[in-house]
Amino acid sequence: MSTTDISISKDVHHAHEEHDHHHDQNFFEKYIFSQDHKVIAKQFLFAGIFWGFVGGFLSILFRLQLGWPEATFTFLEPILGKWVENGKLDPEFYLALVTMHGTIMVFFVLTAGLSGTFSNFLIPLQIGARDMASGFMNMLSFWIFFLSSIVMFASLFIETGPAGGGWTVYPPLSALPQAISGSGTGMTMWLISMALFIVSQLLGGVNYITTVINLRTKGMSMTKLPLTIWAFFLTAILGLLSFPVLFSAALLLIFDRSFGTSFYLSDIFIAGEALSNTGGSPILFQHLFWFLGHPEVYIVILPTFGIVSEVITTNSRKPIFGYRAMIGSMLGISLLSFVVWAHHMFVTGMNPFLGSVFMFLTLIIAVPSAVKVFNWIATLWRGNIRFTTSMMFAIAFVSLFISGGLTGIILGNSALDIQLHDTYFVIAHFHLVMGAAAFFGMFTGIYHWFPKMFGRMMDEKMGYVHFWLTFLSAYLVFMPMHYIGIAGFPRRYYSWTGFEAFNTFTDMNTFISLAAIMGFTAQFVFLFNFIYSIFKGRRATANPWHSNTLEWTTPVNPGHGNWPGEIPAVYRWPYDYSKPGAAEDYIPQTVPYSQTQSSNLPYEKDLE
Amino acid sequence: MSTSTTLEAPKSGTWDGGNEPLKASYGKLMMWFFLLSDAFTFGAFLIVYGLSRHKHMPYTGEAEAFTFSTEWWPIPEKVFNAFPGFHGVDLPLAFVALMTMILILSSVTMVLAVEAGHRMDKNDVQKWLLWTILFGGTFLGCQAWEWAHFITGTDEGMVLADGTRIFGANLTMNQYGPPLFADLFFFITGFHGTHVFSGVVLLIMIFINTVNGVYHKRGHYEMVEKVGLYWHFVDLVWVFVFTFFYLI
Repeated sequence: MSTTDISISKDVHHAHEEHDHHHDQNFFEKYIFSQDHKVIAKQFLFAGIFWGFVGGFLSILFRLQLGWPEATFTFLEPILGKWVENGKLDPEFYLALVTMHGTIMVFFVLTAGLSGTFSNFLIPLQIGARDMASGFMNMLSFWIFFLSSIVMFASLFIETGPAGGGWTVYPPLSALPQAISGSGTGMTMWLISMALFIVSQLLGGVNYITTVINLRTKGMSMTKLPLTIWAFFLTAILGLLSFPVLFSAALLLIFDRSFGTSFYLSDIFIAGEALSNTGGSPILFQHLFWFLGHPEVYIVILPTFGIVSEVITTNSRKPIFGYRAMIGSMLGISLLSFVVWAHHMFVTGMNPFLGSVFMFLTLIIAVPSAVKVFNWIATLWRGNIRFTTSMMFAIAFVSLFISGGLTGIILGNSALDIQLHDTYFVIAHFHLVMGAAAFFGMFTGIYHWFPKMFGRMMDEKMGYVHFWLTFLSAYLVFMPMHYIGIAGFPRRYYSWTGFEAFNTFTDMNTFISLAAIMGFTAQFVFLFNFIYSIFKGRRATANPWHSNTLEWTTPVNPGHGNWPGEIPAVYRWPYDYSKPGAAEDYIPQTVPYSQTQSSNLPYEKDLE
Repeated sequence: MSTSTTLEAPKSGTWDGGNEPLKASYGKLMMWFFLLSDAFTFGAFLIVYGLSRHKHMPYTGEAEAFTFSTEWWPIPEKVFNAFPGFHGVDLPLAFVALMTMILILSSVTMVLAVEAGHRMDKNDVQKWLLWTILFGGTFLGCQAWEWAHFITGTDEGMVLADGTRIFGANLTMNQYGPPLFADLFFFITGFHGTHVFSGVVLLIMIFINTVNGVYHKRGHYEMVEKVGLYWHFVDLVWVFVFTFFYLI
């Protein structure tokens, strides 16, 4: 470890000021191994978008199989090679597709792509810091993520295929290379990639937390923080406490796979041969996995809570409704997320009493979630709403979150879960509430902060096309899945035509696949808009959305160190929109009360 | 919107920004948060140990009549009773007690090094760091012997159902009891040993920096303090590992 990365600068706020007098950085320092949080955020964003398209493409492949089970896909042979035989998708490759789709979307897009982008970009800008606490560790975090990406991506191309045991990689299936081809080299690479991924997440998370605690500018108390920062802060804490447990689980699995231990294995016959492993428990893995796995879904959704709160309040031109309740509910959700993991395991034969405890705790989460939803709606209520693309996505986020959240209450009941477990009902539930919703939150953020990232605006018209196509297809894909799920159709099945009961759903499955293809195609509109706008978009002004937060007080293209002069101090909370008596309908956080005497409330008079 | 013209100052309480609310530099905070997450890693392993052990039968007979069997979890005193140079003598837990003492002693010398750093006493920092490195290295050496003995096994070994005798333990076979006992022993003490090893490497690095006067020029020995935090954490984890494997 070099001493430079953790060396201390006495006053961190001024640590980077020297950089303003440019010492010329070469190309590598500036764009590749950059320690600037804005560049690292963009690196995460580009990687996230790339992975998003890979993950989406994989889902289209298996939707083709599910939508047209009798069809032959000879046209896929040029890209998939031996995975398509006589026009039929290889069933083991199908398993690999769903596994990789899940892994890529959950970890690489919605964890690294989302938190990595917006935590890195917004934390220093919105709390008023020159950069992250440790730029070097931040850079390391991205490049270890990059390494992990390479391993995962390479596993798509090996002969035995990528991991195929589902994104949850339950042993014994994943622990025995001889079980399926997807448990061979692909699985080893999956584990290596995830171990690296966890290291990257920890480096990032430690940085985010310390930055929020130590580098807030003068006056930026915890209750003047924008909700985005609260969300990123709690997300980082969740990651810090849950990812190490996945690390433990993965290490033990690596030992079971490669060194003959029996942590998860006991009494197994495979191909008529008894294995010597004895004493282990596969359920143990599930406990360890879901101790990460459940907080992980909040790691995915919490940042979007923050982003959506910010965008909704800005574009409603109203203060956020229930600022402290929003913080409180996020704290509540974070706390509860650690004590509900076993609701993923109701059918593992656990004690029904224990099941009812976890059921009770799970259902409590509905309370803070509902608080958030009602607060968003109350913020919109009688607001002076501006329907920017970003705002559309934010409102749609609330809609998707409600639709997906309601089925969560159903699934959280241990008795109902026995019927619905591992069916398409579950798929529909979590895709709406943490898949589609988190993607919408991410789009909200990209459209909203694009001007700050690239100094140009994204095209609104293309944004609307992208929005409506995505929004419609999200519902068209996942709503029908509820019916298939209630009918009992299990997830991860390659083909369902063998079962008479499910043949009535042929048309519905075709319909879902068509909607999925539409949704995926719509993302190319976004991609075009995104790339085009970086180079040719309308030039942005310093504060295009008339927002209150600190990032809009920087120059249009903030340089290294973010603010050219001194860092602005903060005097008020970030949600003074449409304050009666104020000259404009927004008062940035940097304006002291003494300058806004006409709009000060009685108790604020003292602060003048 | 101008910020520079104002005469009033923003609030300046503990959590009002512009300062270090926990009175700790970001580097120290980072170390604390890393240790918190590492505690969860070890916590998971120890829970795995607890659950695995709970799944196996305990030995219920007379302590004198104890024999190694895959039927029950072994009694630790019967497994860890060897001492280098005392072949065949039954010294339950003597060696591991010595190891633990050495590690705890290294924590004491670490504290002295940090304290010397506060006084900006370069020579004392060097001295105590060197002692810490020495004790840390000794602990690793003891662990190597402990492992070697565990792997080689006792003279008697264990008789299997088919009459064959096995000696010692590896990741698939175990003369002392169920295979999982050895798996967990190797895994958890090995994971802890890796931490100690990293700690010793870190200590050597800061020792070299101290000798070169890097911290003296910088004006503070906070790096020693940060490595010290890590070192104490590793010692604390050993206390738990020791309790789980050797005492209960």
